[in-house]
Amino acid sequence: MRISRDRATSLLVIAPSVLAIGIFVYGLIVWTGYISTVQWDTLRPDYTFVGLANYQAIFAQNRFLMDIRNTVVFTISFIAASLTIGLLLANFIDRQIRAEGLFRNIFVFPMAISFIVTGVVWKWVLSPGTVETITTAGGSLLVSRPQGVNQLFGLDPASNRWLTDSHVVFLAPDSPLYGFLHSVGLGFLTSPNIGIPIALFSLVIAAVWQMSGFVMVLYLAGLRAIPEELKEAARVDGCTEWRIFRHIVFPLLTPITLSAMIILGHISLKIYDLAVAMTPGGGPGFATDTPALFMWQTAFRDDHFGRGAAVAIVMLVLVAGVVVPYLVWTRRQEVEA
Amino acid sequence: MSGETNPQPSDPTGRRSTPGAALGDILAARKIDPLDVVVVTDDEEEVTATKRVRTGTSVGRGAHSHGPRARILRFIMYAILFVFVLWYLAPVYVLLVTSLKPSSQVTLDKMWTLPWPPSLDGFSAAWTALAPNFVNSLKLAIPAAILSSILGSMNGYVLAKWKFRGADTLFTLILFGMFIPYQAILIPLTQVMSDVGLYGSIQGLILVHIIYGIPITTLIFRNYYAAIPTELLEAAKVDGAGFIRIYRSILLPLSASGFVVVLIWQFNSVWNDFLFAATLTTQPNWPMTVALNNLAGSFAVDWNVQMAGALIAAMPTLLVFIILGRYFVRGLLAGSLKG
Repeated sequence: MRISRDRATSLLVIAPSVLAIGIFVYGLIVWTGYISTVQWDTLRPDYTFVGLANYQAIFAQNRFLMDIRNTVVFTISFIAASLTIGLLLANFIDRQIRAEGLFRNIFVFPMAISFIVTGVVWKWVLSPGTVETITTAGGSLLVSRPQGVNQLFGLDPASNRWLTDSHVVFLAPDSPLYGFLHSVGLGFLTSPNIGIPIALFSLVIAAVWQMSGFVMVLYLAGLRAIPEELKEAARVDGCTEWRIFRHIVFPLLTPITLSAMIILGHISLKIYDLAVAMTPGGGPGFATDTPALFMWQTAFRDDHFGRGAAVAIVMLVLVAGVVVPYLVWTRRQEVEA
Repeated sequence: MSGETNPQPSDPTGRRSTPGAALGDILAARKIDPLDVVVVTDDEEEVTATKRVRTGTSVGRGAHSHGPRARILRFIMYAILFVFVLWYLAPVYVLLVTSLKPSSQVTLDKMWTLPWPPSLDGFSAAWTALAPNFVNSLKLAIPAAILSSILGSMNGYVLAKWKFRGADTLFTLILFGMFIPYQAILIPLTQVMSDVGLYGSIQGLILVHIIYGIPITTLIFRNYYAAIPTELLEAAKVDGAGFIRIYRSILLPLSASGFVVVLIWQFNSVWNDFLFAATLTTQPNWPMTVALNNLAGSFAVDWNVQMAGALIAAMPTLLVFIILGRYFVRGLLAGSLKG
């Protein structure tokens, strides 16, 4: 009798949360999906069914194609840089360094700061400065006034454009790879839409600054959970430190690497705050635009709610593609444990 | 035995890693805190003599045999660390020196120079502009963090100790909520909020943060309570304690550090949130992040004011990090190393 009453109480306690998640996560996702199939493109809701027209509309917009390109470039470089730096710093910190706590805190503190603050500061640091032409009696004169990093390292703002760089690196028609890709039917890879926008790396620098300390913490926890006997045994067998790392330590860190990739990956797929703070307009030629920024402006600034919902659903599908397998995988691990 | 030594005296908890336990086990326990765990490597080349002296233990073989190669490697390591320190601190330097400059000195070509004489003009101007929003952020983040923690604690208790059929599947479904891009619920959410009359208000934003905070707070508490032995609860049940008494007299007294972790986590994410705040509140109710972004986007505002504003916006969470960094890091791990 007692047990069943307790059971009822327990269900009663968790019911409001389950209901809230059911409505506000799953219910609203379904509702967003519905909005993505209706006309609604003014302030006043208009639920005229239009099928997939909103999806066709966003994929026809060059800006959205740029956004997808940016997301791919950003995600890959952000994850690669954060993992590399995080692993490197964790390894160093795990080696009995002096003032370990101080180093650790310096690497982790950006996690306590909002992306908005990070963006405001890095925007200033990564602005190139100006180059002005001054016309004098003896002719015109170029006067450069470098700012931020350019000023610090004495770089020329005319050639180091950072956040304002409009270059997109893609395969030139005269490169050997260009012909090769076309000959094997991968010609679409040479489209300018698939290039690498240089300005985006300024965003990557700021994002890595904020998140690499987090990766360091994850790896440090992993490193310190590896039994010393394991490494010692390898050392006795004459393994070098590098081989120990390569063949023993790094494989044992695989679950951490995977977790970190998922977490960084889902952050980068939906990154919004940093882009708003650094380049609210999406940067030169949308070089630093993101799907989240596009979604917000489409829906809440331009009142194209139908199309905004379509962008949101595309984002959700991308994130779910990364996160759902991860959740299933961790769930299985838990069952096994 | 060279694989481990005593924890550093400076470590109050004195916990150390369990050699021999598999990495997966330890990570699954999720109680790992790299700030607590101290494993001293026995590689004598890597061990500094001072560290050994401080730990007060005998040194394995040849702690003094620093070869020249090891020294060079160590020097390179410190050099690289130092470069990273500069990279991490450069924005802080810019923030500090710029915010302390009088407007007359805030020119682009003096960006990296020290402010002389330092001036608090930037701070007073930023505070005048942002003080109401700072108060908004406090009125938002403190109740949201407290209510989230209470809710998370009760959910975690049920999902860890009163598992029902399908409880784990339900938990996974709840967890999904913390990964979704909030864009995917934002449009109908604004509709719902205005339908119930909460659009634009701080109360509405508190409610939103509590709801979307359920997954992470439940996750942290569930894992926290899972580590408490079930025998303890069984014994209490035999003594006639019910659901609520067990929670009040057993779980709650053991929950202090769990609450600290969750409170910090939620305070941090609510304080730093921009997306919900920018979408669901209107001017007089803007929290700090939205007001700062607005201030920084304006060309009419001097850089010293912007940087001072950014510092003020970062200060509360930074202070929490400085004072309670250990719990902050534990939250980071708990939020990511789910097993």
